[in-house]
Amino acid sequence: MIKNIGLKILTLLFVSSFFLLNAGTIKIGALVSATGPASFLGDPELKTLQHYVKKINDEGGVNGQKIELIAYDTGASPKKAVTFVKRLISQDKVVAIIGPSTTGETMAIIKFVQRAKIPLISMAGAVVIINPVKKYVFKMVATDRMACQRIMQDLKKRKLTNLALISGSGGFGKSMRKQCKSVAPSYGIKIVADETYGKKDTDMTTQLLKIKNNKKVQAVLNPGFGQGPAIVTKNYRQLKIKQPLYESHGVASKKYIEIAGKAANGVRLVAPPVVVADKLADSNPVKKVALAYKNEYEKAFHTQVASFGGHAYDSLYAIVDAIKAEKSTNPQKIRDGIENLRNFQGVDGIVNMSPKDHLGLDTKTGMVLLDIKNGDWSIVK
Amino acid sequence: MNELFGFLLSGVTVGFIYALVGIGFTVIYNSSGIINFSQGEFVMAGGMSTVFLLKAGLPLGVSFILAIMITSLIGIILYKLISFSKDSSQISLIILTLGFAIFLRGLAEVVFDKELHTMPSFVGDGSFDMFGTTLTYQSILIMVVSIVIVIFLYFFFKKTKTGQAMMAASINVDAARLMGINIKKILMINFALSAAIAAIGGVLLTPITSTNYEVGIMLGLKGFAAAIIGGLGNPFGAVAGGLVLGILESLIAGYISSEYKDAVAFVVMLGILFFMPGGIFGNTKAQRV
Repeated sequence: MIKNIGLKILTLLFVSSFFLLNAGTIKIGALVSATGPASFLGDPELKTLQHYVKKINDEGGVNGQKIELIAYDTGASPKKAVTFVKRLISQDKVVAIIGPSTTGETMAIIKFVQRAKIPLISMAGAVVIINPVKKYVFKMVATDRMACQRIMQDLKKRKLTNLALISGSGGFGKSMRKQCKSVAPSYGIKIVADETYGKKDTDMTTQLLKIKNNKKVQAVLNPGFGQGPAIVTKNYRQLKIKQPLYESHGVASKKYIEIAGKAANGVRLVAPPVVVADKLADSNPVKKVALAYKNEYEKAFHTQVASFGGHAYDSLYAIVDAIKAEKSTNPQKIRDGIENLRNFQGVDGIVNMSPKDHLGLDTKTGMVLLDIKNGDWSIVK
Repeated sequence: MNELFGFLLSGVTVGFIYALVGIGFTVIYNSSGIINFSQGEFVMAGGMSTVFLLKAGLPLGVSFILAIMITSLIGIILYKLISFSKDSSQISLIILTLGFAIFLRGLAEVVFDKELHTMPSFVGDGSFDMFGTTLTYQSILIMVVSIVIVIFLYFFFKKTKTGQAMMAASINVDAARLMGINIKKILMINFALSAAIAAIGGVLLTPITSTNYEVGIMLGLKGFAAAIIGGLGNPFGAVAGGLVLGILESLIAGYISSEYKDAVAFVVMLGILFFMPGGIFGNTKAQRV
């Protein structure tokens, strides 16, 4: 009984001290689509943010101040993102914002952060976010354009110049299809077939039959996300198509291998380094951070690391580094700090920001080329 | 020519998937006149329960039977909800099934997870080669099971007392009740039966399409289209409708463009609703007033 009372007093003390400390916290806002159609992005992002904010605070915070994370779930809706960004700026008075998870949401809130002069690090993929450069908007995630470039490089090397595309009609597939079509000519690659499928289709045999009957095709690329690519891969093997099949970073997860089963063997794909952190060469500068993140995430959440959580890690630590470097939590100073990041070692690669480049990600470290063999990845040398 | 046969074959395999889902719509419609918009979610519940029972270490056969029982129970719960509803006009009951579908999707997200899942097929991964394309054993199994279910339903509705009672209930509830038919019991069996058929579909489709909490949206929509094209209330019609839909989609993707295939399929569905409101097999005389 007495012990119990003692415990209660201790708890009370602890809670009140927590509130006292809160007075001097660094408020960082986050917009993530933890539920809804983009929950596959937002869910690992939110988990990562909460986990690492707690870790930073347990280790004494940043310059002696604790971080207070104010995260809102946008459900991938641009409308909600706008409502929440206004709340973050005017009510919560955050000094920096991480997110949103998708391109549509990011584009919707850019004018609000620009006007309020609050730095934003988006976790979405498209190039339009940082091109043209906007003073307060950054992102460190590899773009789908980089994925296309990496694949085209490989095709050129293998002298496979006639490429067939079979793309998902969801946002991810659509955007990557557009990017791949626009970078292909600069590598001397011709798109000789261009098929699409609905993102919830159950069978892609017809589209693949057309590709199979097209004698010009030398390789096939499937930009897509979710179950679509797994069905494409299965149908591809059923039809016994001989040409090499390339998949995008949208399926750089063990889930894809699990669903496509044996059909996945022999597929070549691009992936962000974090998913194969343990297989990277020791000389690879990304290995240390990526592996540490992967291990910590998998230990904390008992689930395989998703590349998307890495975006949240990088964004959070970029802000932390900026605060440390500038020794200030003024939003303007944080913005300058992010823009001055040099040789920042993130999970997604090495980042060098500049006033002209608010992406700063190095293509070489940003995407890894993989082969699937016996149900596992192996790095293509 | 070979190409045409290839497209047709691919259309037929997809068509039977739609048909298998579409059959479930006709069963509930047959006894209650309601279109059950949670039919796709029943399919999802069947597939997801089997996947998770398998993961829990149960053998395939046992998981399959348990999943059918779980889904039938969900069907009975839906019926209970409907029978409690104070406003029993058909339109409000249809909206109730729509709400139940959203509820089931949310529940699956919480009880199971948001990930994609698959499971081994009953008949292995083999396939036959023909017309430059292939016919997998799993697709053949789906065709056989669909046909068996349709034949079973035909005899059930035509030859058994329970089936006849269901038909009677759909034609005139009051008259059926006066004839001594226990409407509540009949409807409950009917919902359970429809859910069980959906669960069988869910289990057979999962090795091909994989499953997650929202797989029912698309399957429900396509199954509904198949049932409409064939004529609501006729299981044979659902199969015919599924085949029409599947083959049309495949031919359009094959000869015109894969971008238009969904649009054209739904245009055909609208055309049928406008010009042949009873569907290909429907009898227009069963008008309800």
